[in-house]
Amino acid sequence: MAVSSLAEQQRIDQLQMRGIVKQFPGVLAVDHVDFEVRAGEIHALLGENGAGKSTLMKILYGLYHADEGAVLIDGVDTAIRSPYAAIQRGVGMVHQHFMLVPSLTVAENVALGLKSSRGWRLDLDVVSKRLNELSERYNLKVDPNVPVWQLAVGEQQRVEILRALYKGAALLILDEPTAVLTPQEVDELFQVLEQMTADGRAIIFISHKLHEVLRISQRITVLRDGRRVDTIPTSGATKATLAEMMVGRPVVLEYEQQPSNRGGERLHLNDVSALSNRGELGLKEVSLTIYGGEIVGVAGVSGNGQTELAQVIAGLRPTKGGTIAIDGKDVTGKPPSQLQLLGLSYIPEERMEDGVIKEFTCAENFVLQDHGRKPYVSAGFLLNLRAITDACRDAIRQYEIKTPGTETPIKSLSGGNIQKLVMARELSRHPQVLIAAQPTRGVDIGASEYIHQRLLDERRQGTAILLISEDLDEIMALSDRIAVMYEGRIVGIVPRAQATVRQIGAMMAGAELEVS
Amino acid sequence: MHSSNLRAFLDRLIDGLLPLLSLIAALAVASLLLIALNADVGQAYAALLEGAFGTQNAFAETLVKAIPVMFVAIGICVAFRANVINIGGEGQMIAGALAGTTATLALSGAPSLVIIVAALAAGFLAGALYGGLAGFLKAQFNVNEILSTIMLNQVAVQMMNFLLNGPLLDPSEQGLNHIPKTARIVAEAQLPRLVIGLPDGTLLFDRTRLHYGLLIAIVLAAVIYIILWRTPIGYRIRAVGYNERASRYAGISVGRQMVLSMFLAGGCAGLAGVVQVLGLQYRLQTDGSPAGFTANAGFNGIVAALFGGLNPFGAIPASILFGGLLVGAQNMQRDLGIPASLITTINGIVVVFVVSSQILVKWRGRRRAQQSTTRTEVPLDSPIVVEQQA
Repeated sequence: MAVSSLAEQQRIDQLQMRGIVKQFPGVLAVDHVDFEVRAGEIHALLGENGAGKSTLMKILYGLYHADEGAVLIDGVDTAIRSPYAAIQRGVGMVHQHFMLVPSLTVAENVALGLKSSRGWRLDLDVVSKRLNELSERYNLKVDPNVPVWQLAVGEQQRVEILRALYKGAALLILDEPTAVLTPQEVDELFQVLEQMTADGRAIIFISHKLHEVLRISQRITVLRDGRRVDTIPTSGATKATLAEMMVGRPVVLEYEQQPSNRGGERLHLNDVSALSNRGELGLKEVSLTIYGGEIVGVAGVSGNGQTELAQVIAGLRPTKGGTIAIDGKDVTGKPPSQLQLLGLSYIPEERMEDGVIKEFTCAENFVLQDHGRKPYVSAGFLLNLRAITDACRDAIRQYEIKTPGTETPIKSLSGGNIQKLVMARELSRHPQVLIAAQPTRGVDIGASEYIHQRLLDERRQGTAILLISEDLDEIMALSDRIAVMYEGRIVGIVPRAQATVRQIGAMMAGAELEVS
Repeated sequence: MHSSNLRAFLDRLIDGLLPLLSLIAALAVASLLLIALNADVGQAYAALLEGAFGTQNAFAETLVKAIPVMFVAIGICVAFRANVINIGGEGQMIAGALAGTTATLALSGAPSLVIIVAALAAGFLAGALYGGLAGFLKAQFNVNEILSTIMLNQVAVQMMNFLLNGPLLDPSEQGLNHIPKTARIVAEAQLPRLVIGLPDGTLLFDRTRLHYGLLIAIVLAAVIYIILWRTPIGYRIRAVGYNERASRYAGISVGRQMVLSMFLAGGCAGLAGVVQVLGLQYRLQTDGSPAGFTANAGFNGIVAALFGGLNPFGAIPASILFGGLLVGAQNMQRDLGIPASLITTINGIVVVFVVSSQILVKWRGRRRAQQSTTRTEVPLDSPIVVEQQA
């Protein structure tokens, strides 16, 4: 299966989508949209969640079939009826939710669905070799022989990109690729993308992050409610104009800084260590104190112990040493159920895996922890369905969660609305200590703004908040103090007032805090 | 809008009808076998239907065959909802029958209600403990429950063979030892026959073998339904079944739910065993083969549970359908000389189709979910309004 450089295979000079319409039950997801992308160009597709970006691209990739409209590749009407056909025509896609088999290695994942060059025998060594070449060319470092479950999210994305390149993508669709990346990783990704366009590939970059779109793309198409608002050259655009095009109204992009009203010590970690999923020491002797009424932001490149830190505090990962105390009480090794009673709330990083049960309704998910407690139980052993529904309906109203109703399975909500429900649930438990891990990952502007506002409200009410995020902008905007993690350690804690992006970035790459 | 609503309605309709369609498809495939046997397909299925549901007595026999399947299937709903694959219905049923029969024999002379309640309790408990054992092994040592329950089936069969040939052997069979069986239970212990008096005075199921086990099964279905969907216990069982990680996050003890679900599933299967003794056989007896006592109800219950959508109230009609196949097959053999063993084959084909249709329903559901994740939701009140700060 000799996969070759772009010269030898399909080249796509121009791809056009004309008058695309896609109707889903009850919703017109894409409404007569025109879209065009050329070789050597990064074309950004911008819009809020539910604006139709993903649907449009899934049509291009053959996952959905358009009800109306045509796809023209180099002027020729081309029916792409399946992802297989798309790959054959040189269209590759990196999905927002990665399509990797966790238990298989990187090379095995890439080889999935491809014919082996050795007939019925596997040719994983050939795949690995070719992968190494590709990783070198585009500086996408990944070990082909590592099982995917051991990789951090950022690394998994590299695998997805490599896989698309391996299959010979001349046009690559990236669905919210930076949602899971740190500034450094974003920089790396952008270099990769620029290298790829220099090689004559075309890239469609789906995003709702304005500064990234402004930085990387040559043209921007904005979608709203399934319709194309406009396609404009990036050179003439600003954040404010784009935001207004996306949301349909002016948007607040920065928060007012309020002085911290610091209370007593709430959460204290003393030399806490823990193993990572790989069985290595992922968290090394971390000490940290969080006081009531402050937000401590944890910055760091993906996979440097942030996940382990959150899980250890939440009681979901055993400690390998050290102690954890809430309000001065030793809680080391306590199960989640007891920590919850002590006022700990946790907004987990992987909300679809940990935060909600997809098959359950909104109402059922709203009482994930408290279903066995008053007021959700009546007569001692029956669920009080009315109380559950009422509480959920209140939350939906209060948090402006867009859902048809409380009995809708939560998986049919958008990412931002699911996160709002998780947030509503955790805050409704009146936490003393709140751990928010990647609270706005993959969430649109409107919902992010709202979630940030709620976190600031909690801070005002005296909650001790640990905010873990790979989005440095978010950390800088919300934190009172910033702790930076590198290789499982906290390499330094800086008050926000004194922090600069440059300094934090250097610490994220392992530099010790300079004492000034 | 109108057409898409119609499509959603059709989607649901097809999902609901899929089990039935799969049954029809299975019968269509089975008709090829009938043709191969030179039988008239129409006649054969007519005989099947007639034998299963044609007369009051036929229908009663169908129900009698279905009763143990119902109990097992109701229990399977709990286990499968917790994502614990319980293949141990046979063993749990035997455990329940052994305990229930022992209790009945020990209590001979006590009032009827006391014996029956005690026997049912003993049967439930024995089945529950036997099922719970597999759940415990899974929760504590990560022993695959499919393997452990199948193994425990064998253990139970041998235990029954041993007990029925020795300690529990009917004293009157001593020395003769033709059939391994216990002594007959006293009349007070026997479940009454179920006869339904209609308003016009006629009696339904009069002089048939239909017994009160059917009512017990319906009550059990209601209880299990309430547990699964109306109590925190059921909430936790379903939560664990759908997503262990999120359950752990929520502070739910995953292992405990596994044990509990197997306990309940085993208990239901145990009831199947004891009801079979109290309602029908009036003694525990076997021919020594694995299915000698259970008639494969422990396995058929799994299929019936899946056929019924893992809902206790779905399990009941599904079980009746399977009972009908079994009873109808005998009629097919009598009337047309088609070997009744063919029905085992047809049963097998039905299983394959039913299980496949379940997968199809899931697949369709997933596809729909995928489509709807990308759609814009209908706003409840106002569009996003953010408190603005200066």
